[in-house]
Amino acid sequence: MSALSDQVVSIATLVYLLAMISHAVEYALGNVRARAVAAPARELVGAAASPGGAAGGALGGGVAAGGAVATEVPSRAERTARRAEWAGRIAVGLTVLGAALHLAGLVTRGLAADRMPWGNMYEFVLTVSFIGVAAWLVVLVKWPFLRRLGLFLTLVMVLLVATAELVLYTPIVPLVPALNSYWFIVHVSTIVFASGLFLLGVVPAVAYLMRAGYEDGKRSFPYTLARRLPAAAGLERLTFVLHAFSFPIFTFAVIAGAIWAEAAWGRPWGWDPKETWAFISWVVYAGYLHARATPSVKRNVAAWLAILGFLTVLMNLFGVNIFFEGLHSYGGL
Amino acid sequence: MTAVDDRPTAPADAPRRRPNPLLALLRNSWRQLTSMRTALVLLFLLAVAAIPGSVLPQRGVNPEDVRDFFTAHPDLAPLLDRVGAFEAFSSAWFSAIYLLLFTSLIGCITPRLRDHVRALRARPPAVPKRLERLPQHAVVPAPDGGAAAVAETLRRRRWRVAVRGDEISAEKGYLKETGNLIFHSSMLVVLVAVALGSWYGWHGNRLLVAGEDQVFCNTRQQYAEAKLGPRVDDDLPRFCMQLDEFDARFLETGQPAFYNAKVTVDSDGGPPRPAEFSVNSPLRLDGANVYLLGHGYAPVIRYTDRFGRSQTSAVPFLSTGDVGLSSEGLAAFPDANVDPDTGERDPDLQVAFSGLYLPTAPQEPPFVRSEHPTERNPLLDLVAYRGNLGLDAGIPGSVYQLDQRQVSNGRLTEIGAKQLRTGESWTLDDGTKVEFLGTRPFITLSVRHDPGTTLLLVSSIGLVLGLMGSLFVRRRRIFVRVLPPGSGAPDSGSPTGGSSLVEVAGLPRTEHPGFAAEFAQLVAAIGAGGRPGDAGTDPGTPAGAREGAE
Ligand code: HEM
Repeated sequence: MSALSDQVVSIATLVYLLAMISHAVEYALGNVRARAVAAPARELVGAAASPGGAAGGALGGGVAAGGAVATEVPSRAERTARRAEWAGRIAVGLTVLGAALHLAGLVTRGLAADRMPWGNMYEFVLTVSFIGVAAWLVVLVKWPFLRRLGLFLTLVMVLLVATAELVLYTPIVPLVPALNSYWFIVHVSTIVFASGLFLLGVVPAVAYLMRAGYEDGKRSFPYTLARRLPAAAGLERLTFVLHAFSFPIFTFAVIAGAIWAEAAWGRPWGWDPKETWAFISWVVYAGYLHARATPSVKRNVAAWLAILGFLTVLMNLFGVNIFFEGLHSYGGL
Repeated sequence: MTAVDDRPTAPADAPRRRPNPLLALLRNSWRQLTSMRTALVLLFLLAVAAIPGSVLPQRGVNPEDVRDFFTAHPDLAPLLDRVGAFEAFSSAWFSAIYLLLFTSLIGCITPRLRDHVRALRARPPAVPKRLERLPQHAVVPAPDGGAAAVAETLRRRRWRVAVRGDEISAEKGYLKETGNLIFHSSMLVVLVAVALGSWYGWHGNRLLVAGEDQVFCNTRQQYAEAKLGPRVDDDLPRFCMQLDEFDARFLETGQPAFYNAKVTVDSDGGPPRPAEFSVNSPLRLDGANVYLLGHGYAPVIRYTDRFGRSQTSAVPFLSTGDVGLSSEGLAAFPDANVDPDTGERDPDLQVAFSGLYLPTAPQEPPFVRSEHPTERNPLLDLVAYRGNLGLDAGIPGSVYQLDQRQVSNGRLTEIGAKQLRTGESWTLDDGTKVEFLGTRPFITLSVRHDPGTTLLLVSSIGLVLGLMGSLFVRRRRIFVRVLPPGSGAPDSGSPTGGSSLVEVAGLPRTEHPGFAAEFAQLVAAIGAGGRPGDAGTDPGTPAGAREGAE
């Protein structure tokens, strides 16, 4: 079962890679659909939701479109647009497949270990990234026009899962006694869940910064990538929605950790490196929410804070286990 | 964005007399301090200031590491120590940041609290003149019953309603601000709880070896390491405890899988009673909790001196850190070789054995590392010393380590080494004898009392609930005007001719993307006079699609 899990995870990584390539193809072919820069987000939903209208309506501008499609030989632009559309759908299909395999890898790992698959860093990163991709699919169902963000998301997935496999891999062992508690499940599952959402939240935050720069007329390197992204305002909102959702979960997770630490180590809070970095993340994300609620603070600053917040989460996930020695014994590297 | 955020503005300046410059400065600083930007900067500083505490070793977390750091960086360490870097979280600079932040917080929430209480008492404000200017606006046929029916519909949907003639104002979502205030106040309470804990709490750590002769009673002196809050007197709650049995299970890899300690507790007044505790379930006594932190073996060593008198010691050997639980320790016999007739002590005939204990020694030498933490092939490697142990001289030394200075200055000499298995004995050069009788388990305990934890828990719950209210609830207003028949709507050629109409408008007071859909539903309900069945309009209606335009 353990070997099966390892294989399934390897295949999942490959599938994510293919999804990423497919997204990249969509990006490169780039139909003109995302042209509607200032159009409200929901109108984009309408356009994306009707497949036929997608290509036609999108072409609007210079190219003959609409009813002409049926009678005339499709123009080159149209064909390209259609190919891009297909590449995008294949990418999403592959992402779904990758996520299913990813989940299967986790389940088999859990079955093999006879416990929740959150016992060491390898399993932890694998679970966090799964939550990220699952939440992404939910977002995609709700707001399909965000599909192009999939390029960034699959890139992050490939990087994370591959790192987990190549660097962090650990054979299955049961939990040390300190982890043998139902608070383990409560604390770790919520931390994992919140981290997965933070991971997903950083994608629109980065995309927003690029897109906002593009909309401001910047045409140098990273901004040009944003040419085909959804409008900045929508990305910014999505960033906020994801963070507003995960911040209370993260807060709860930290509190659950404190309750557990009281039972296991006799103190709810002891400034162990993991606790310290959780505190840092919490404060940075509180800063993000404050920055966003303060009209005089630019939205760019808020987005940077969200990214900084995720860097601190990563620091806690990788850095603290590798560099520091603490009571959190699941480092397992 | 249509959201209208009304946050408390700085109090309007009272009619100015000549402002006292000092007062003006103070007031200005206060205003600065309680601004959101300052809060933001302070939050950022707090995050940055927490970093050194995770990078540098901390006394509160791991005092040995701090000592090692001093050895490794003899020049840098004292400098860092002077700025409190090894107790970063109680240092002046860290405290300054969070105290400023909390002052700012108090300054921030007090006026908000006042405003909110006022808002909770007040009726929703009067209907504005030009409703069509609000973000949401609709005109529908008036329900039977006019204003009263509209008010009833809104009330049933738990809006707070004020009826002024033909005009109705309604507001909902007060819980947002309530939640926000609860959240921020809870943080203050968290701080109070932590302060309570550090003033009135205490804790101590010690080792407890199994056996009747090793009973431990809860007094300050019994702890190897103890910390009492400044408001704790030396009278700790009284109880005594004896370790009867310690059960540990390990995997083949040596990784621990299960610990359990069985003890007899004798707390104030009551009869001795058996109790158990393990890693995640501490023993909760009256006024103290006992936590199991670790465990190990205490080899039982009997030494028979020149006069034929024997003494037995069971000294905890401390783990060297490997998974096999190889452990080191020192069995010292300062009272050995005292002449039983004269009672005379020869200070140069004291005896000590430093040892390495391997619970599972390898089959072949070198015998330096245990292969498994359970006792499958126990082996005790002893080095014997004779001479002056240096204990009487008042030289501070660890009970677990030989004072190497006594060895290097020649007062203590090594007289040989030998490996013993359980039950074996070794006769030294002077005819005295040492025997390895076996081992007893010992556990590492932390005994703690923290009167702040309950308050901490309660405030944490307030924190999360308040946060959820603050983030997920939305404040919004609805205004309704029942138009007299035949007046026609201001912005539309009325389709319904002579019958009366209602004009409805909505104002989200905070960002609220779903508001348009909610508004459409409400309008439908109002138009239908609140009849069930007509109330739920599909949120995907054109009104729903408009919301992106905010
Ligand atoms: C101790 C540090 C603080 C933390 C961890 C913190 C955390 C938070 C969080 C997480 C939120 C988001 C909830 C929401 O958006 O409604 C929030 C909102 C808010 N905080 Fe703080 N806060 C702190 C201090 C302060 C201070 C000092 C002020 C005043 C200067 C303040 C004023 C506000 C306001 C006005 C909001 C509501 C923003 C809105 O309109 O949505 N907070 N705070």
